[in-house]
Amino acid sequence: MKRLHPPVSEETLRSLKAGEKVLISGTVYTARDQAHIRLIEEKNLPFDLKGAVIYYVGPTPAKENQVIGAAGPTSAYRMDELAVPLMKKGVRVMIGKGDRSKAFQEAMQKHNAVYMMAVGGAGALLASRIKRKKLLLYEELGTEAVYALTVEDFPCFVAYDLHGNSIFAGDRK
Amino acid sequence: MRKISPDIITEKVRDALIKSNYSLDDSFVGLLKKARDKESDDLSRSILDDILENQEIAKTSNIPLCQDTGIVVVFAQIGREVLIEGDLDEFINDGVRQAYDEGYLRKSIVDHPFERRNTMDNTPAIIHTKIVEGDKLTLTIAAKGAGSENMSKVIMLKPTDGVKGVKAVVKDAIFKAGGKPCPPIIVGIGIGGNLEKSALLAKEALFRDLDDKNSDASLAKLEQELYEEINALGVGPMGVGGDTTCLGVKINTYPMHIASLPVAINIQCHANRHERVVI
Repeated sequence: MKRLHPPVSEETLRSLKAGEKVLISGTVYTARDQAHIRLIEEKNLPFDLKGAVIYYVGPTPAKENQVIGAAGPTSAYRMDELAVPLMKKGVRVMIGKGDRSKAFQEAMQKHNAVYMMAVGGAGALLASRIKRKKLLLYEELGTEAVYALTVEDFPCFVAYDLHGNSIFAGDRK
Repeated sequence: MRKISPDIITEKVRDALIKSNYSLDDSFVGLLKKARDKESDDLSRSILDDILENQEIAKTSNIPLCQDTGIVVVFAQIGREVLIEGDLDEFINDGVRQAYDEGYLRKSIVDHPFERRNTMDNTPAIIHTKIVEGDKLTLTIAAKGAGSENMSKVIMLKPTDGVKGVKAVVKDAIFKAGGKPCPPIIVGIGIGGNLEKSALLAKEALFRDLDDKNSDASLAKLEQELYEEINALGVGPMGVGGDTTCLGVKINTYPMHIASLPVAINIQCHANRHERVVI
């Protein structure tokens, strides 16, 4: 098991192997479909994407005593094309669920980025590892707005590593 | 005639949706535990452990099981002797509205394919009504996530493709879906009718109880064979491989045209949120 503290260095990313469990502590940024479209065009980013971790999540509303509601990953394939311009801007880790296109995997290799998987449907478990939430951009997108999440021991698995390996059974057949 | 008050319908829908989004049915948790105990792959077993831990945390910390709290699907069976004064759809949608507000559930419905404005209350639900014998109103209610729904499909086979053809398209769809529909999944298969009927049959199949055995012996056999063959695909929990790809296969059928063999595959993720209420 490895520990990751964003922003992540290329050396750290190179050491990751598909199938390995990783605990992330620090800041991750949320973005789904609509936020990607906007982030690509955004001129005044209030945060640094260099070495950044993007988490594909649209949480349920938090109750009064909670940081966040259920916060599991959404299907990553929807962001396959939209992720490429963000990798160009510095994003190095993306967290979602499910496999992704060959074109995405090639772009990932080119930009030295890694795709990680969190357990889909484990929205309550993953929420328990999120300690703070700060709205950064696009409040009008509601659950799809961009937040900075402070996470502690946030559990992920390396899905595609930098050495061309995959966690998914479909890629091994 | 037996009169059913709109308030009761709304209240039952609300309660069913809140309950199912925060806790899995005990028998379904039992199936997950059995699958975990049988799973031979370490990584897959650890994912099943996480899924089991998740439903505990959901209950104890009062957090929904999954952030995708779904689009609401309701099958309403209305007894002939039931009198509902007013619009049943409206009473159901009121229940949805209350559940997603009071239950702190994610409102995931947009009004238009391209404008995509959130309706802000998770309505409208998708409601299928059927008139049946009796004086009861039975509502079978699901909060259906998009991850698994997006991996569903309809295929128009040739009649001569037969059982072999059906098995091939079902297995192909599930293998290609990989981890995207959040396995372990439940597979609802509709065979027959026409385009829309097959899709409806597949959805109805997903609403059957998991221990419900098909009354048609050949279909019961096909359900069992597909259950085994789908698990042998090795997709595994979240697509990482292993023995546990599906927890159940249900097949519903309907007569069809001599030239047709429609097959619909509807997938349910492991956050299996279904409730049935009889009023």
